[in-house]
Amino acid sequence: MTLLALENVSVAYDHQHYILRDFNLNIERGQFISLLGPSGCGKTTTLRLIAGFLEAKSGQFTFNGKNYTKVPVNKRNFGFVFQSYALFPHLSIFENVAFGLRLRKVSDSEIAKRVSRMLEIVSLTGYEKRFPKELSGGQKQRVAIARALVIEPDLLLFDEPLSNLDANLRVNMRVEIRRIQQELGITTVYVSHDQEECFSISDQVAIMNNGVIEQLDRPSTIFKYPRTEFVAKFIGFSNFIEFAYREDRDGEIWLKDKATSFRVPKHAGTDKSGGRKIAIRPEDINITADSPFIPSTGQIDTGKELNQVAGAVMVSTFLGRSYQYVVRTEMGDFTVNREMEEPYANGQKVLLTFPGDKLVIVN
Amino acid sequence: MQEKNRGLALFTLLVYVFLLSPLIIIAATSFEPGTIMKFPPQGFSLKWYENIFKQSLFMETFKISIIVSFVGNLLALLLGIPAAYALSRFDFRGKEAWNAVFISPVLIPGIVMGFTMLKYLVVTYHLPMMPALFIGHTVIMLPFTIRVIASSLSNFDFSVEEAALSLGMNRLRTFFVVVLPNIKSGIIAAVIIAFLDSFNNVEISVFMTGPGVSTFPIQMLSYLENHFDPTLAAISVLLMLLTAVLIFIIERLLGLSYFTKR
Repeated sequence: MTLLALENVSVAYDHQHYILRDFNLNIERGQFISLLGPSGCGKTTTLRLIAGFLEAKSGQFTFNGKNYTKVPVNKRNFGFVFQSYALFPHLSIFENVAFGLRLRKVSDSEIAKRVSRMLEIVSLTGYEKRFPKELSGGQKQRVAIARALVIEPDLLLFDEPLSNLDANLRVNMRVEIRRIQQELGITTVYVSHDQEECFSISDQVAIMNNGVIEQLDRPSTIFKYPRTEFVAKFIGFSNFIEFAYREDRDGEIWLKDKATSFRVPKHAGTDKSGGRKIAIRPEDINITADSPFIPSTGQIDTGKELNQVAGAVMVSTFLGRSYQYVVRTEMGDFTVNREMEEPYANGQKVLLTFPGDKLVIVN
Repeated sequence: MQEKNRGLALFTLLVYVFLLSPLIIIAATSFEPGTIMKFPPQGFSLKWYENIFKQSLFMETFKISIIVSFVGNLLALLLGIPAAYALSRFDFRGKEAWNAVFISPVLIPGIVMGFTMLKYLVVTYHLPMMPALFIGHTVIMLPFTIRVIASSLSNFDFSVEEAALSLGMNRLRTFFVVVLPNIKSGIIAAVIIAFLDSFNNVEISVFMTGPGVSTFPIQMLSYLENHFDPTLAAISVLLMLLTAVLIFIIERLLGLSYFTKR
């Protein structure tokens, strides 16, 4: 069931420059959805719009069946967790968490009960009398989460909540956030530029670019089947081949150029009708040493087998577990990763094989 | 490693002597028992301190100076806090120009300001002396008020304000409950700095005083025209003490806020 809907929403800071234009987003009840993208893609703007810190120039925001477009931020009952924690510096941890409850005229005994339960959830029991400046970054962010949750918000919003924390703490905190969110079953919108962070905790990820959602899917689907070139690049597909012709056959798509032809079996990643560009990850290309000269004829074998192309290693770099090669072929340069003991030498003739099930057609 | 440099040490000593000796001389002469300022003093007496409190004009003008500073400060805060908030919080067209307008009284020579005020407030609009003094002093205090409060706000994370909004508080109440307590030390520092500036002011006040209405520094000047006894030295010592105490308070406030920035 749709809980939140942005319909044809536009946001602009001045008359020409739109951050969002005719933007649409639907979020189901109970879902954890992430907005992911490079800086300036409009993800934070979207979040601040949902929170009510920003007003849309046009379009409608519906929440729980009601029109929320003009509802001011303080009447929305959404919890917001900030990148900078934004705790009240002059209030104790107890009063920070109690802040929203005091505004809701909750009785003192009830406040004490709910605050201590919430501090228990974020594992900060015993910190009630401390002040924000006496806490570490991770502790501050847990107070901020407790403060946002204690009001039993209808929606929980996170704006890059972990980017000020160090790497280990980030991993722990994101597990915490996911645990708390699932425990309370609260619909959550999470903004980050960290791909691993978003993919690990979200039910759905929306990848944004230039104010547009390029793809909204389950993390595993995006990871395997990016729909657009931007998404593919963003999640690590570094090889793209564009073909001039396309032919749809039974269970297979044939892509042809003057010199080469590729066959891609139809699967979940190839359902873009008319798409003529394929993408593949560097670790999915098979690379083998090849003697490209056919001894009997002295001609260059350009890879007569299915989805093969011959080339030569131009650059090799060591990645730790594997080596990465840049291979030059007649179809262009490809980046290929392979785990091996000894790397190929520069100039080594190699044969690249592109497994059909790893090829994705992108728009 | 500390290097000893006799030349530099001597130079520093001379600077201190140059800066402090007038103050020491004034302090010493304030204890002179005779009727003329002398250095070194010929004895020890507190009678000129006593004399300050016997002179009704000093007591009266002191009261006026305090009232003018107080009212001016209040007006400067009422104008300055919202102005500083708007300048720090929002981006708007002509922000730089507004900033310049608010700071301009510092850039204009005091004597010019004073004369302008006289011309417009008193001569053109026939304002009585007291309200004219209030306005004049508000104008000279305003730049300090805005500067100090704005610098205090620049250390304030406005997402704290947004946090309060998202928890259900309205904007106005958020300002009083969340923003004000966190710039408290800046406001107190602004009040003290503005007070000192107003209390010591001569250039503006001199144009807006007349029979019956005068400020403390103006009264000191007119006393000096007729008397050369050590009363003024005694007053100077008291004013130095007052200033020292206030500066100490600012130091504590701004010093503390400096260390609690994060």
